[in-house]
Amino acid sequence: MAMTGVLRPGHVQMRVLDLEESIHFYTNVLGLIETGRDSQGRVYFKAWDERDHNSVLIRQADTAGLDFVGFKVDSVATLDQLEADLKAYGVMTERIPAGEMLETGDRVRFLLPTGHTFELYAEKTDIGNGQPYVNPEAWIPAAEHGIAPVRFDHLLCYGPDIEKAQAILQDVLGFYLVEHIELEDGSGDLAIWLSTSIKAHDIAFVRHPEPGKLHHVSFLLDSWEKVLRAADLMSINRVSIDIGPTRHGVTRGTTIYAFDPSGNRFETFCGGYQSYPDGKPIKWTMGDVGRGIFYHDRALNDTFLSVVT
Amino acid sequence: MRYSVQIEETGEVYACTEQQSLLWGLAQLGRKGIPLGCRGGGCGVCKVAITQGDYQTGPMSAAHVTPEERQSGVVLACRCYPRGDLSLRVLGKMQRTVCAPGGGDAAKASEQHQPAVQ
Ligand code: FES
Ligand SMILES: [Fe+2]
Repeated sequence: MAMTGVLRPGHVQMRVLDLEESIHFYTNVLGLIETGRDSQGRVYFKAWDERDHNSVLIRQADTAGLDFVGFKVDSVATLDQLEADLKAYGVMTERIPAGEMLETGDRVRFLLPTGHTFELYAEKTDIGNGQPYVNPEAWIPAAEHGIAPVRFDHLLCYGPDIEKAQAILQDVLGFYLVEHIELEDGSGDLAIWLSTSIKAHDIAFVRHPEPGKLHHVSFLLDSWEKVLRAADLMSINRVSIDIGPTRHGVTRGTTIYAFDPSGNRFETFCGGYQSYPDGKPIKWTMGDVGRGIFYHDRALNDTFLSVVT
Repeated sequence: MRYSVQIEETGEVYACTEQQSLLWGLAQLGRKGIPLGCRGGGCGVCKVAITQGDYQTGPMSAAHVTPEERQSGVVLACRCYPRGDLSLRVLGKMQRTVCAPGGGDAAKASEQHQPAVQ
């Protein structure tokens, strides 16, 4: 079966405390490509191998954190259908008209019970990856500028009521559970990893008392070697590293957690296995949660559950 | 220029240069569990009150330090740089870690929503 419905996380908008410092960081250190600025003062970026106009937006604010995440769906018809489905499920939705975000069509916006603003959209202008669609090369110079991830890959959100968010994403939008960490008393999960594709996760949640918090936005690299190169670049540029390079037990991805200049955590990530909707979810218990999150340290660090924006 | 920073609660003094944040200096004390959080003024774990001395600040989140608090000397230590000898009090999440006799472990055990991990 082809991949249909909700395809992937396509854009994320984050707040930064100093726009100029952040533009430098996202352009030259993380190595995204700036693709536009709008009248609201937002700056747009994409990773070099992404074809759609933008995937990361930042705006100056007096707090750090996540404004919203948007998932791309396969067609306008699907967007209309999912909007109706969400309403029928009892979720209040709002339409943001095409053009409010540069080169992006209508967005259907709603609030997840975890306090995160979630959007669906069907259209974003294809500006290509710097290569022709006929007889391209393997990569372009931008693939070596800064950390230079291939794409925005997934995000980890912190908030309450993760089972309610899970229900909406599964029942209405077609996500499926790939891995989870069960709370000690068996009353539910501490954390869930959900996929809408064959990635090991497209979005994940950790139970947390404060709503709407961002743990990290993740960027995909091609190889473990490039994760190590990213670590070198973080030291060269004095980027604050949270942990890594290491590996997650959950998803088996190799990783570094680090912080942008405003304290928004980002991840440079490689691998993770491929999953399918018919796969049985993998369960982790609280007794082994350290190994699940950080496979080599086999313990959570001080910041994993407490430092969010 | 090198300045000395005193932690009022414990009487400890540490050195910090103009380019180093107060949090960086605090972490150099080597106390287990002093949270090196986001170090970007975004997460709020490193909140302190400067009770004496001159300092300069970078951008920090208003979600964690209100403008009024800032007026009264409350800052995020990761975005605060000394311009003279300083005295500070530790606030917020870092307080238990810095001031608890057992350091990080005691603080961790009393952390409410932190599940027990090995
Ligand atoms: S460490 Fe996050 S605000 Fe200072
Ligand atoms: Fe991740």
